[in-house]
Amino acid sequence: MTSIFTPDGKQTSVTIIEAGPCVVTQVKTKETDGYSALQLAFGDKKEKHSVKAEINHFSKASTAPKKFVKEFRDYFQDKTIGETIGVEIFAEGEKVDVVGTTKGKGFQGVVKRHGFSGVGEASHGQHDRSRAPGSIGGSSYPARVFKGMRMGGRMGCDRVKLQGLKVVKIFPEKNYILVSGSVPGHIGSIVLIQK
Amino acid sequence: MSAAVTYIHEQLTAKKQHPKFKAGDNVTVNYKIIEGGKERIQGFRGDVLKIQGTGATSTFTVRKISDGVGVERVFPFLSPNVDSILLNKVGKVRRAKLFYLRERSGKSARIKEKRM
Repeated sequence: MTSIFTPDGKQTSVTIIEAGPCVVTQVKTKETDGYSALQLAFGDKKEKHSVKAEINHFSKASTAPKKFVKEFRDYFQDKTIGETIGVEIFAEGEKVDVVGTTKGKGFQGVVKRHGFSGVGEASHGQHDRSRAPGSIGGSSYPARVFKGMRMGGRMGCDRVKLQGLKVVKIFPEKNYILVSGSVPGHIGSIVLIQK
Repeated sequence: MSAAVTYIHEQLTAKKQHPKFKAGDNVTVNYKIIEGGKERIQGFRGDVLKIQGTGATSTFTVRKISDGVGVERVFPFLSPNVDSILLNKVGKVRRAKLFYLRERSGKSARIKEKRM
């Protein structure tokens, strides 16, 4: 993330996403595969880190083995194998959705994980209760804890979609796209941009 | 800072030549105000409390006493609304962040001038 200035002098926060070049590595059609889809690949990897099946698959599109492969159903059916798709499919000022995996937070308590406010006060004889979850249910009836009770546990590493982010700027020569605000995940993580 | 961040600021952010200053210096920041359709320039003179951040997002805070009330303003270095910065006095201070000035007033809030 960084921030840029709008023409009227306002500072606005943006995230830089390198969106492409994505190579079309397979075109699935209704006749051959039962459904129509476009398979896009992004990010080079070395041949020695790829298995033979990958090398052969990507050589059909006459490209190096790629790190990430994603299928898009019913999308851009006029593209053929080996073509590249870059940021030029987006326009400045357009709204997009960004899907990513959030940062892992490890084992967290209920205050951070579920927004509980803790139990009791800081003083008046209380101690060790400020981040406690409180009661988790009745005693002899129902004599169990209900499923889905919000408790402490692993937090983060969730798939999250942020909707309605504005495309602030596009750099076609570097395939950079600037979207307003933040996107899920750590620096360098992979995200999916949907129109 | 990553190469991508450097690249987009080379393209988008206009570099400006301002005098070098640090915390404790007395500066005048001439900044643009847009009222209605008109644009005018107003000065803000005070002591620099801190310089914060790196690269294109770095800012500095200026504090002045206006009618007995302390006023602080944060300016981004590369804001297009900062027209110019004048360095009035170079201060002699022993800290990079002068938050202790907020608790002081009058004589004890003065900063010694550095003889150049």
